Amino acid sequence: MLLEVRDLHVEFHTRDGVAKAVNGVNYSVAEGETLAVLGESGSGKSVTAQAIMGILDTPPGRISGGEILFKDRDLLKLGADERRTVRGREMAMIFQDALSSLNPVLSVGDQLGEMFVVHRGMSRKDARAKAVELMDRVRIPAARERVGDFPHQFSGGMRQRIMIAMAMALEPSLIIADEPTTALDVTVQAQVMDLLAELQRELDMGLILITHDLGVVADVADKIAVMYAGRIVETSPVHAIYEAPAHPYTKGLLRSIPRLDQKGQELYAIKGLPPNLLHIPPGCAFHPRCPQAREVCRTDVPPLYTVDAERRSACHFWKETLDER
Amino acid sequence: MPEPQPWDDAAGGGAISGAGAGGAMDLAMDEGATLEKTPGGPGGTGPAGKPRSLWSDAWRDLRRNPVFIISGLIILFLVVISIWPSLITSLDPLDCDLAKAQEGSQPGHPFGFDGQGCDVYTRTVYGARTSVTVGVCATLGVSLLGGVTGGLAGFFGGTWDALLSRLTDVFFGIPVVLGGLVFLSVVTSSTVWPVIGFIVLLGWPQIARIARGSVITVKQNDYVQAARALGASHSRMLLRHIAPNAIAPVIVVATIALGTYISLEATLSYLGVGLKPPAVSWGIDISAASPYIRNAPHMLLWPAAALAVTVLAFIMLGDAVRDALDPKLR
Repeated sequence: MLLEVRDLHVEFHTRDGVAKAVNGVNYSVAEGETLAVLGESGSGKSVTAQAIMGILDTPPGRISGGEILFKDRDLLKLGADERRTVRGREMAMIFQDALSSLNPVLSVGDQLGEMFVVHRGMSRKDARAKAVELMDRVRIPAARERVGDFPHQFSGGMRQRIMIAMAMALEPSLIIADEPTTALDVTVQAQVMDLLAELQRELDMGLILITHDLGVVADVADKIAVMYAGRIVETSPVHAIYEAPAHPYTKGLLRSIPRLDQKGQELYAIKGLPPNLLHIPPGCAFHPRCPQAREVCRTDVPPLYTVDAERRSACHFWKETLDER
Repeated sequence: MPEPQPWDDAAGGGAISGAGAGGAMDLAMDEGATLEKTPGGPGGTGPAGKPRSLWSDAWRDLRRNPVFIISGLIILFLVVISIWPSLITSLDPLDCDLAKAQEGSQPGHPFGFDGQGCDVYTRTVYGARTSVTVGVCATLGVSLLGGVTGGLAGFFGGTWDALLSRLTDVFFGIPVVLGGLVFLSVVTSSTVWPVIGFIVLLGWPQIARIARGSVITVKQNDYVQAARALGASHSRMLLRHIAPNAIAPVIVVATIALGTYISLEATLSYLGVGLKPPAVSWGIDISAASPYIRNAPHMLLWPAAALAVTVLAFIMLGDAVRDALDPKLR
């Protein structure tokens, strides 16, 4: 296994108390595999990613437990310098907003080349040539002429391509893409996702795709992990989950997708608000919003039940949910 | 030198400004899409094909700003005569003739003579050297000390940051003139260095605060996080990603402060604790002339006017630079 996150706990110490952002997350990614991590804002999906990358702001954040095994090494036990050499070289990250993720005072060529200067000790000139090569690879037209341009001179989609190029530069074995297409318009989203998927296949990388957009996931992901209140509530191969969700929350998410055949009807929404991480409800964190909640949900935290060989669900009544459709 | 030419070649250049104009249409970007190179901005005034940056934008703005041109010319003039005062006067500021004390304007001595019979014109010209030296050296010292400490505190945060913040509070509590009277009254040297040292000592917390705030703002930007995620070291993040984006407010405040440092030197010299004769300083001359303001106002008028114009020029320059660097004002 390329990456294995085991029982990860992350908390943030704030003035109002301890916010438990991640409460025992387990997931794994193999070479060439795409894992989509799904969940609404505040579900802990980005925090988990930051913990894996080692870019969590500590303080206020604190990794209070668990292991992150990357190529059989526990990243959490590495020193800061060792950790830094893993970043960029072996794992890289793509952020949501490419404009703000690129330094406005440096040309894109400088920023792309920097990867080679920092990690490979290349000369500026060689790094520049590499930058052009990378820009070609992510299909930026006229890369040679544009290598000296600044980020604001590119369109949104192209900027995201440049971010992808930066992340791919050293051919890492794992890429974490944190909502890579959220800031783009729909037509460009598809192109960027295709590019990402294509490069992933070429380089046989593991990809963690963090998103709250179920539509993006269906085409590219191999498996899905749904997060709620810092916990995985369901994991499943991608198609099974669309056919029959095994957790009421996943079901709610799927029902909230606008559909063409429901024109004119009111769009379904999961009632209530995401939980306050300072006061996560006892028992199943989803029970205040769950249409199927019963007494046991208020008191007992559901473990990850085994649905079948590849599926897990953290719902006491997963069978019921699965059958109901 | 305070002449702000280095914009153009100052490391790289920023970009915020063009986001609207530069953000080309998003759709046509697949293979075979034609290259949509953004032109050099709405006016198209930039050198053809040269990418626009915050600094080149600012420089273009400045060149068209009359305030900048006027203040820049005054400052250029001041700098030139402080380096080569003999260009416009052939007399010695310390060559005085008591017999001519307080005499008014006469041929060869357009500003008249002061209480010691020294040529006021020559003393005013030589006074520029003192003011410019104090202003420039103090500003450099303050920017370096304040910029580095503030920048590091903002970047690393934590204990050192808290310590620095309290320390700057302490310094802000010291009234400048009172501090000058206390610190400088024990100094006997008649050179400019104790005065510069004092200004740096009291001035750095101001810049440190600005630099700290600026670094904290820039640090939260995604591109710093992105650089970190791609394996950049602390020094690389700080020098290459944060400093170039955080330096603008420091430059602006430092330029405006330069003018106030010049007037501070004059104030301290006026009070007798700054420069001391035989040093030549506008503050000393104003102080010496003030008892005679009714009989011989020219003795006070010229050094005071020179001081006022100089301070004004630097403050105007600072204003112009701020306008050019602060995209929100455009």
